[in-house]
Amino acid sequence: MKTNGQAAVLNLFNISKSFGNIQALDRVSLEVFSGQVLALVGDNGAGKSTLIKILSGVYAADAGEISIRGQVFKHLTPARAMQSGITTVYQDLSLVNGRDAVSNVFLGKEHRKAGYFVDRRRMERETRHLLDRLHINIPSLKVPVGSLSGGQRQALAVARAIHQGGKIIVLDEPTAAMGIKESQQVMALISNLREQGYAVVLVSHHLPQVFALADRLCIMRHGSLVADLPTGSTNLEEVVALMTGIKAGLPTEVRKVAGN
Amino acid sequence: MFCSGNYRRFSTQGLLLLALLGLMIIMSFSSPYFMKWDNLRNILDQSTLNILVGVGMTMVICAGGIDLSVGAVAALAGAVMGLAMHAGYSAYLAIAAGLMVAVLSGLVNGGLTAYLRITPFIVTLASLSIIRGLTLIITGAIPISSFPSTFTGLGSGSLGIFPAPVVLTALVAAAGAVLLNLTPSGYYFQAMGGNEEALRRSGISVPRYKILVYVLSACCAGLAGLVLTARLNCADPTAGYMLEMDAIATAVLGGTSMRGGQGSMAGTVIAGLLLAVLRNGLTINSIASYYQQVLVGVIILAAVVISELRSKRVEEAAL
Repeated sequence: MKTNGQAAVLNLFNISKSFGNIQALDRVSLEVFSGQVLALVGDNGAGKSTLIKILSGVYAADAGEISIRGQVFKHLTPARAMQSGITTVYQDLSLVNGRDAVSNVFLGKEHRKAGYFVDRRRMERETRHLLDRLHINIPSLKVPVGSLSGGQRQALAVARAIHQGGKIIVLDEPTAAMGIKESQQVMALISNLREQGYAVVLVSHHLPQVFALADRLCIMRHGSLVADLPTGSTNLEEVVALMTGIKAGLPTEVRKVAGN
Repeated sequence: MFCSGNYRRFSTQGLLLLALLGLMIIMSFSSPYFMKWDNLRNILDQSTLNILVGVGMTMVICAGGIDLSVGAVAALAGAVMGLAMHAGYSAYLAIAAGLMVAVLSGLVNGGLTAYLRITPFIVTLASLSIIRGLTLIITGAIPISSFPSTFTGLGSGSLGIFPAPVVLTALVAAAGAVLLNLTPSGYYFQAMGGNEEALRRSGISVPRYKILVYVLSACCAGLAGLVLTARLNCADPTAGYMLEMDAIATAVLGGTSMRGGQGSMAGTVIAGLLLAVLRNGLTINSIASYYQQVLVGVIILAAVVISELRSKRVEEAAL
């Protein structure tokens, strides 16, 4: 584990959120570290989506604090979250299918030259460098992204998140509805992000994949964080038991890693 | 400069260019007058209104909208120019006033679409009616005519071997192509038509660019009003009737998708020329205009069917 002595890049402290009578999140506290993949797991309605929407500034928490590299926020806005380095890749990917990879990666952040012209050549060069660095293989940067595979499109969405300055990348079900080969490409990309020092928050239903990828498993149930476990110290049965409530988590069961 | 980087779009325009050349060859065999320079010059001149308005329409449709008010805006701009000149203002001031009124209509169209989230079809359908009505009111439903020669020269004069409106249209089309393909605004128009939410999430002010695109379309319509009025030496309040339909047809025939996100200025220019060649060729071959209408309709339908099949193929490949 790379958390030894390292401060968390992102701290959630006692985050609560309710919608009318429904308590979607109940005092959730969480630490996210650079170079680590944190998997957020839980059954439908456990509060995962609400939590990542608070992280990305879409929802404001009713109570609690978010601190990003020491800077404390009561309420994030999408713009502030992005400026602080949290970028979220939603399930719909938010790509413009009719446009090519370069236009999508640079959407809203186009380089300009001679006043008001898009510096297409520079954008192409930088896109190629970015994709190379992330080991993303796209057959052509000039075809509409709608003609690429699901895995390639996911990879482009991640590349854009990083291009937009993301240091903490939130991935919402990145391999939903993907074939085996494509999922593997996306998984390789996620491990690659970890190696390059990004913090990854992975929301996934796919437990075998989560076990293969994540450093930590944060298990949610009924709006609470019931366990925060290093992947190596637990197993599939235990996680399923915690998710479904067969095994009650301690108020928040945290197994500390040696040295942390 | 006219070609976008998209390989698929290029081939659509390539096909269209082939169709244009093929049609010209057929027409030149069927009539000895077709290939005469005077006739070709006439075709260019006849294509200007469609292409001028089509340039703006291409951007609007590309941005996922539609502008039905362009014909009415052209008539209003022409009427304002006519009234201003009759009130004693110079031709240039009158043109500026006419274009200002066009910009204003564009701001209203864009503002209502962007901020009240009313569908552009309804907004511009209503503004079509309002603007046409206003034009009839300010002119008392009577055409205004006889203007200074500095003004009429813009419609019937020549620059070198080309009619002045052709030069104006070429400049507008080139500017439109540059704007759509090489500037951030053009990128945002295309992104807006393709996935508005993606553009919003990228931190871009969607309403701002939505308003801009309707203002640009209205400007093109205003210039069409200038050409119409100057060419006929008459500001007719009913001018530009159904011009919106021709402009939409030109854009769609040129490969601009009604679903938004895809547009081509080159395609619009070639399509405008194609329709003008077709109408001219049928006329000099003495085919009644009723048949022309039917044929134009069939061609547009065929073009849309072909383009839908092509885009379907791409979508299927993506799944």
